[in-house]
Amino acid sequence: MARFIVSPSPHISGGESVPRLMYGVIISLLPAFGVSVFYFGIGMLIITTVSVLSCILFEYLIQKYILKVRPSHLDGSAVLTGLLLAFCLPTNIPFWMVIIGALAAIGIGKMTFGGLGNNIFNPALVGRVFLFISFPVAMTSWPEPGQWMQYTDAATGATPLAVMKEGIATRPAGEILSELPSFLQLFLGNMKGSSGEVAAFALLIGMCYMLYRKIITWHIPVSILGTVFLFTGILWLVNPDRFASPVFHLLTGGLMLGAIYMATDYVTSPMTGRGMLIYGAGIGIVTVLIRIFGAYPEGVQFAILIFNGFTPLLNKYIKPVRFGKEVAHG
Amino acid sequence: MNQIIIITIITLVGIGTAAAVILYFVAQRFKVYEDPRIDEVEEALPGANCGGCGFAGCRAFAEALVKNELWDNLYCPVGGNENMARVAAILGREAVEQAPQVAVVRCHGTPGFRARTTEYDGAPTCAIAHQLYAGEGGCPHGCLGLGDCVESCDFDAIHMNPETGLPEVMDDKCTACGACVDACPRDIIELRKKNKKDRKIFVCCINEEKGAVAIKNCKVACIGCSKCFNVCPFEAITMNNNLAYIDPVKCKLCRKCVEVCPTNCIHEINFPPRKTEKAETVEEENK
Amino acid sequence: MKLKTFAMGGVHPPENKLSAGVRIRDLSLPEMVVIPVSQHLGAPSKVIVERGEQVKTGQLIARAEGFVSTNIHASVSGKVTKVDVFPDPSGYRRLAVQIKVEGDEWMETIDRSDTLVEEITLEAEEIRKRIVEAGIVGLGGATFPTHVKLTTPRGKKAEYLVVNGVECEPYLTADHALMMERSEALLAGIRIMMKGLGVEKAILGIENNKPDAIEKMREITRGTGIRVAGLKVKYPQGGEKQLVKAVLNREVPSGGLPIDVGVVVFNVGTVHAAYEAVQKNRPLIDRVVTITGKSLARPSNFRVRIGTPVAHLIEETGGLPEDTAKVINGGPMMGKALSTLDVPVVKGTSGIVLIRDGEARRNVVIQCIRCGKCMQVCPMGLEPYLLMNLSEKEMFERMESERVLDCIECGSCSYTCPSSRPLLDYIRLGKAEVNKIVRSRKAV
Repeated sequence: MARFIVSPSPHISGGESVPRLMYGVIISLLPAFGVSVFYFGIGMLIITTVSVLSCILFEYLIQKYILKVRPSHLDGSAVLTGLLLAFCLPTNIPFWMVIIGALAAIGIGKMTFGGLGNNIFNPALVGRVFLFISFPVAMTSWPEPGQWMQYTDAATGATPLAVMKEGIATRPAGEILSELPSFLQLFLGNMKGSSGEVAAFALLIGMCYMLYRKIITWHIPVSILGTVFLFTGILWLVNPDRFASPVFHLLTGGLMLGAIYMATDYVTSPMTGRGMLIYGAGIGIVTVLIRIFGAYPEGVQFAILIFNGFTPLLNKYIKPVRFGKEVAHG
Repeated sequence: MNQIIIITIITLVGIGTAAAVILYFVAQRFKVYEDPRIDEVEEALPGANCGGCGFAGCRAFAEALVKNELWDNLYCPVGGNENMARVAAILGREAVEQAPQVAVVRCHGTPGFRARTTEYDGAPTCAIAHQLYAGEGGCPHGCLGLGDCVESCDFDAIHMNPETGLPEVMDDKCTACGACVDACPRDIIELRKKNKKDRKIFVCCINEEKGAVAIKNCKVACIGCSKCFNVCPFEAITMNNNLAYIDPVKCKLCRKCVEVCPTNCIHEINFPPRKTEKAETVEEENK
Repeated sequence: MKLKTFAMGGVHPPENKLSAGVRIRDLSLPEMVVIPVSQHLGAPSKVIVERGEQVKTGQLIARAEGFVSTNIHASVSGKVTKVDVFPDPSGYRRLAVQIKVEGDEWMETIDRSDTLVEEITLEAEEIRKRIVEAGIVGLGGATFPTHVKLTTPRGKKAEYLVVNGVECEPYLTADHALMMERSEALLAGIRIMMKGLGVEKAILGIENNKPDAIEKMREITRGTGIRVAGLKVKYPQGGEKQLVKAVLNREVPSGGLPIDVGVVVFNVGTVHAAYEAVQKNRPLIDRVVTITGKSLARPSNFRVRIGTPVAHLIEETGGLPEDTAKVINGGPMMGKALSTLDVPVVKGTSGIVLIRDGEARRNVVIQCIRCGKCMQVCPMGLEPYLLMNLSEKEMFERMESERVLDCIECGSCSYTCPSSRPLLDYIRLGKAEVNKIVRSRKAV
């Protein structure tokens, strides 16, 4: 008789795997990628390729030669980090800076903690913030959309958020708004900004795909966007000249990209629904605080990193709803 | 400019001094008195923090040694008699002595003797496999070969032999702390008295099934035939539930039981070779 | 009409009901049967026959030891050849009675006719007595002695009888076949159980992948006041806590039983066996078993005598396919993998599922990616990733406070995990250790 396999139940598996989830997210990023190439041309292609390849390479090298574990560089997580890192950089950034960013993202943001599953902070954001602080000039010069063949020599300017922040001290918000692209243009992505953050509609399409594939749940994006909308809405109602409208806030900056893709990273976000809502609300509030009262025009990257730090606390103290009341017995 | 620097230096030095003074007084006020001998004893102990003494680490053991006048149940197997004597000298007490022990694995169900009739595909720990079923070899008392004992050893003294699928103890490294004994869900490993030249005689099986059933699964199982029990001149062997057991204290290593065992499940380790056919088969099978 | 379900967790494994619609046939008698004395939860029964004794089908061969125990009857007629230890579906060897089959002579007291006996003449106490005598246990797989559930503990009141016709495990179709082919007997059985419990309200829960069974049972129960609840297809809808929640929106408390919320749950097989015991004086000597598998020639539903070797069951359905890598006693989510085919069908065997090579092995385990999917699918609201971590680190006291004893071992967590972590393996280990701690605490 043949030798049977014996193992504890269950004896079937749902078929979900880490590569399937990671590549699912990557697929959902394709609309945003396409739009980005449409606006920023060859620059986008270059930095994306460099970022993805560097991330894969660094993960392989570090795992094989420093950590001496089986390399998992092709499981999709390094590709995803590379893609997301490229999405939050301006497309005229020199390729060697991208490589440094990838090293920071994978090396510092992921591998120092022990690899996938063990990191506390979102690796792509670690890379981005690292570059932001190391090369502030390069990281705040944004190419005009439409320059397809220009890479590092692209003509640049400030993002709508930066323009608004700078002008609001002296002029009413409404006036500044009239000089910026319309809401429709902002929705479609026709503005200066990081490569992947500009096109809100493409990112929302990606979100719908991820919800359908059950890769993410609605909690984090809705709570972040909702909180930002709520607080900027209140401020705007109080003083529409001093504060920009909530729709403006939703459509500009890295908020959409952060809310849908960065904050929803499994490893660095809470696991319970209630935890996710608190996390999202916190990110929203801090983002608004930095945008309105802080030194920077955009605060989403810092807000997410701050709340990444709160995730273990939220996971520890926010328990899921249990089935059945506890009965006091021996 | 100079004024600012001077004021800064003075301020910081002032704060630092004030903090130091406050900390000193607080430390004095809340000082916990500890017998200084505890530190001395802890220094003398091996420092492995293995739990073999039954305490949570060497410091806890040191505290117990200092606090208790009588050392009936206090012994560190890792340091052994020599170390206990040293500690006793520090405290001016009588040293306790115990016969040194070593861990012995009492199963020899290699793939050659105990065919693997199923393939186990669950989580690779003995605890889980044991909870699930009898094991790949079919014997409900046999070694599962998944290495919970290896994981538990703090002294690198037990390793899995990939060919036999059984763990092997390195006598010179084993401190008889008992971690592997606790880790094995089937109680296959036993701490037995250590003899001169690391010689051992033991029944390498703990199967309590009826002989006919036991031998179906494993060729070198103990079938409870009692031949060893009958031949032992020192009454060191007892029979219980179809299984023979050799008391390591009573056993005088005469090897008579090894000669008569029909399944060769009594092992003799580190003895000079005998010039009989039986000895050769025993030696072959002991490998 | 809107389908009900339980709110928390659940997964959707592919149904693979290969044997759906296959009429129940009586399996031919084997040459030998091996009847274990412990086929139920509770104390093993005490053997009352000896080697060499001739027994008839339906004769009592082992008596219940204590209240939480049950009687065991010969499922065939012939000679008792051995009373000894034999391998049972769990792999370990347990005491069993081996009978060499000779003919098929039944005890005269058993009514073997096919006529439906609808009128219930016995009182509740007598009904309970018949069920104890007949050795009825929960046939859904838990094998809890039925008479214990029929005896409502002091201080509690049974309000509803819930009949479990859900059969949420993939592949299994025994309950489905029973509901289609023995619906009138089932109705009588439900009435008997209602009388035995002293309740006036009953609900039969059936998953929506069996629309013919829902329709048939609705037709049969029309005008009786027994409600048939169609339920959304979601595993583990058949778990009694999830079933009670879905049909009555009541949550059984942690560490409690359905009777704590006024409900008693029985499987349809158990109810049918109760009908036969009370109305036909027939003890539990056989049951419907699904034998199935993708490579099996003829997936079927058979009425099998208790003690029949699984090997015989497989032979009668085309023989063991070449590519069989795993044989499961039960369904693929909660069943136990068999080491050998030489084990008997027992009271709790709802099905035998053959899994082919290529689908039988687990995937490579990697580290937890903290996706939280295990928590999303857990029907009891637990945190499987945390429980596995605690179990690996042997932190069993903390596992108790994390409610590990609430785990119903449904397997949804391991099924879902993208890292293929053996969550349920470690949780089960933790449960066993926590139970040891709880027992030693009670003993103090």
